[in-house]
Amino acid sequence: MKNKLFSIPIFLFFVLPITGYQHKNIAPQKTGNVKITFVNTVKGIPLQLHTATYTNPFAEEYTVSKFKYYISHVALSTANGSGTKNENYYLIDESKTETLSFIFPINTGTYTSLSFLPGVDSLHNVSGAQTDALDPLNDMFWTWNTGYIMAKVEGTSPQSKVVNNKVEFHIGGFMGPYNVLKNIVLNFAAGKTLNIEQDKTSEIIIEADINTWWQQPNDIKIAAHPVCSTPGALAKKIADNYSKMFTVKNIINN
Amino acid sequence: MKIRIIISLCLGTIFFVLLIGATNNAAIKFADGALPNYIEFKIPAGWPKPPTDIFAKNKLSEQGFQLGKKLFYDGQLSKDGNFSCAGCHQQFAAFATYDHDFSHGLNDQHTTRNAPALFNLAWMTKLHWDGGINHIEVQPLSPLTSPTEMAETLENVLSKLKKDTAYSKLFKAAFGTAEINSQRLLKALAQFTGSIVSSNAKYDKVLRGEAKFTYSEENGYAIFKANCASCHKEPLFTDNSFRNNGLAINDFLKDYGRMKITNNKNDSLKFKVPSLRNVMVSFPYMHDGRIYSIGSVIEHYRTGIITNQPTLDTLLLKKITITNTQKNELIYFLNTLTDTSVTKNPRFAK
Repeated sequence: MKNKLFSIPIFLFFVLPITGYQHKNIAPQKTGNVKITFVNTVKGIPLQLHTATYTNPFAEEYTVSKFKYYISHVALSTANGSGTKNENYYLIDESKTETLSFIFPINTGTYTSLSFLPGVDSLHNVSGAQTDALDPLNDMFWTWNTGYIMAKVEGTSPQSKVVNNKVEFHIGGFMGPYNVLKNIVLNFAAGKTLNIEQDKTSEIIIEADINTWWQQPNDIKIAAHPVCSTPGALAKKIADNYSKMFTVKNIINN
Repeated sequence: MKIRIIISLCLGTIFFVLLIGATNNAAIKFADGALPNYIEFKIPAGWPKPPTDIFAKNKLSEQGFQLGKKLFYDGQLSKDGNFSCAGCHQQFAAFATYDHDFSHGLNDQHTTRNAPALFNLAWMTKLHWDGGINHIEVQPLSPLTSPTEMAETLENVLSKLKKDTAYSKLFKAAFGTAEINSQRLLKALAQFTGSIVSSNAKYDKVLRGEAKFTYSEENGYAIFKANCASCHKEPLFTDNSFRNNGLAINDFLKDYGRMKITNNKNDSLKFKVPSLRNVMVSFPYMHDGRIYSIGSVIEHYRTGIITNQPTLDTLLLKKITITNTQKNELIYFLNTLTDTSVTKNPRFAK
C-alpha cells in the first residue's frame, strides 16, 4: 500500500516532463517583433500642437492643443489569413512622444494587412476600474455616463462661438445606434508586405490625419458644431469621418 | 528500497509545493506570506442572485473592506478636505443625506439631485438616478471629480494618499503591495459600499418567522402589495428600473433623467425606482428631494400624478386609490423596512 502511494510522485516526475517535452516539439514557433508608429498629421504634414493654424475643408481655421485616441485589438494577417493578435490597449497621445509607437512580439512570417480598433471595446466599457492605458487618470473616461472617450481633439477656432473659441470633440459611445466602434483593416499596397524575421523588428508607420474629421461622409462645420462631448448622433457622425483617418505610410522591413 | 522511498518523498514534496505555489499565484501574493482574509459575500436566504457578481474581479477581503471604509470616511478625497463620501452618504440616513433635498459640495455649492441611499448595491447594475454609471467600481469618480461636489482630481487624491503613511500599510494589507493606484482605490471603495446589505429590518424578521407584524402593519403590507409592489419589488423593494412617476419638471434644473444618458426621448423624465428599504430615515424623497414627508409621497400617487406626460409609467395612469386609514397603515408597514443593521451597525461606522 505504502509503495503504491509513493509511486504516484514517481509517476508524475517521469510523465510530466515527457508531456512537456512533447508539447514543445509540436510548435517550435519562431518570433520577431513588430513596431507600429503613428504619425499624426494635418493634410499629410506632421501635426504641431498649439502653434500651427490649420484650415478645414470649409475654410474654417483651427488650432489643435490635444489629440489623443485609443488603439486596441491590433492584429496582423498573412496572405493566407493566418495572423497574430495583440491583447493590449494603447493610448496614442500627440503630446507624449513615447506613446506614439509600440512594439510587440509576433510570429515570423510575411504579413499583408494590419487591423485594429480605434477605441475601447464595449466589454472594457462596462468592466469597472481598469489600469494602464485604460486608467481613468488618463482623462479619457466619462465620469457621469460611464464609458471611454475613444478619441479626442481639442483646440480653438475663430468660427467657434463657445467660451474662448473652444473646439472640443470628445468622441465615444459603445451602445446601440450610437456605437462609434468600427474595426479598421489596412491592406498593404500591392507588392508591399511586412516581413518578420526571427529576433528582428520590422516597422509599420501609420499616418493619422485630423483633416479627415470634418468631412466624408458627414460635413462637420466648426461654426455649427464646435463641441461634441457626449455619445449620440453627432459623435457617431464624427467617428464615421475619423474612421478613415488611418493610412499606411511606410513599412520598414529588417 | 529505502532510497526509493526517500526519493519518492522528496519528489512528492517538491511536486506538492509546486502545486500549492501554482494555486497561490492566482491569489494576491504577499511579501510576508500572509494572505488577506477573504470573506464571503452572503446573499440573504430567499433573495435573487445579483445580476452580476460585483466581487468576481475584486475579491472581497476584510482588509479590502477596511481600506474602503477608511477611504469612504476620508475628507482627503475632496479638494478642500471637507467632503468625504460620508459627508453626503450618512449612515444614520441609510447612507443618504438626512433632511437635505440637495447635498452640499465645495464652496457652498449644491448638487442637482438628492443623494441616494447606499445599500444592496450588489444587486444594482446601473447606478445614479439616471443609471449613467454601469459599474460600482467607477461610480466614485463622479462625485470625486464633480466641480459642485468633492471637486478634486483623481491625480491629486492619489498623491495625497501616497503621502499618508497609514495608507501604504492598508493598501499592502488589502492588495499585497503598498502600491496606491486608481484601480485599487476604486476597488477598495467598492468592497465597502458593495458590502452594505439591508436584509434585517422588521419586515425581514417577520418573513423569517422571528417577529410578527402588528395589525396595522399587516394591513399596510397588503396595501403595499396591491399598490406599490410591482415597481418596488420585494425583497429589494425596487426593480431597479427607470420610470416616469408623474412629477412636474423642475424649471430650474430641467432634469430629464435617463434621457440624458440614452439620448432616447422615450426615456424623458425617467428616473430610477428607489428602494423603499429604510425609506423612513432617508427623506426627503424623489430624484430632487422635492417631497419631504412619506405622507406627501403617498399623496402624490393618490392625487398629484401629472397624467399628460407621454412617458408616464402606464402603471400610474390609474392613480392609487386608498383611504386615509389605509394610507396610515401603509406608513406603519413602511416603518418596518427601517434596518438598524445598516443604520446603526458599527461595522459600517467610521
